[in-house]
Amino acid sequence: MSKFKKNSKASQDIPTAALPDIIFMLLFFFMVTTVMREQDILVKQLLPKADQLSKIQKKSLVSHIYIGEPKNVGVFGDEPRIQTNDVFVEPDELTLFVNQEKDKLSEAERDRITMALNIDSEVKMGIVSDVEQTLRKSNARKLLYKSLRAIKDD
Amino acid sequence: MARSKDRKAPEVSTGSMADIAFLLLIFFLVTTTIANDKGILMQLPPPPEEEIEVKLQERNIFKILANSNDQLLVENEPFTQPVSELRQMVKDHVLNFGKINDTEAVDLYNSLPASMKTQAKQDPESSDSPGDAIISFKANRGTSYELYIQVLDNLHAAYNEIYAERVGLTTQEFLELDQSEEIEERIYKQARLGIPKAISIAEPDK
Repeated sequence: MSKFKKNSKASQDIPTAALPDIIFMLLFFFMVTTVMREQDILVKQLLPKADQLSKIQKKSLVSHIYIGEPKNVGVFGDEPRIQTNDVFVEPDELTLFVNQEKDKLSEAERDRITMALNIDSEVKMGIVSDVEQTLRKSNARKLLYKSLRAIKDD
Repeated sequence: MARSKDRKAPEVSTGSMADIAFLLLIFFLVTTTIANDKGILMQLPPPPEEEIEVKLQERNIFKILANSNDQLLVENEPFTQPVSELRQMVKDHVLNFGKINDTEAVDLYNSLPASMKTQAKQDPESSDSPGDAIISFKANRGTSYELYIQVLDNLHAAYNEIYAERVGLTTQEFLELDQSEEIEERIYKQARLGIPKAISIAEPDK
């Protein structure tokens, strides 16, 4: 026992002077990575699972389209709807959206625009194919079917 | 040193700094949604201008149909196994050399690594060569998007496995190749040389 007592005179405080620095570091990380949602998603979004996922190289080229059953069934009905920015649109109105998104890009990048389709897994293919056909006509032919990584169960 | 002994430098108390930082940290922790822009990439064909009749050998096309009850018809036979079984069937179809007397096909066959040569069959009923093989997938308007993605995922997986094995990478490594780097782009192109990813997605039935 006496052996331990001798040592106990030494200070046992953990120095906390560096704590703010650590916290600040974390803070800056989250500040930089945070993307504030600029729009409310009005449709259900349970993305399908897949494992052959590719990553987008350039994020500024991506525009999002959301398709799913409206969350507010009482107001919008329970048929799947298409949402761009903050409003519901019909499939043939998407050309306007594509052109608006293309205008935001520089001349050289316009053809490389990628449309990210965030589609709820319960949606039927009918509306999806209508959207695809419109995008094809409006020359936004690069699609990304957004999906989550499947967890292998073997 | 210049300071006199009795005058202390004014100090700002930094004790609460950590608390302030914590508060901000928690705020950002809660509001953060780390964007995951990941998914299956697909390129749509250009808008139809005029119908071009392309004569294709029936045996080169691997047909997959989906109906509105999410049932699959593969090569004209009902398909009841799990969708992941499709991957091997597609690989077999693509890696088939039905017409070995074609010089291009022979060159391609010789360029494959040994492990893939053993996989390559020579069934005259199936596709002529990997360059000719086409996978056709047609869904119905009532097919669920979930099944569509599952099938599409497995079709891509089949091709990616072939590409990855050809250059000696794992599928995951192949998918993560960054095409803006010169060396990685060369590997990517080498993997795909002569085996185009011919996945045709037909417009769904009404």
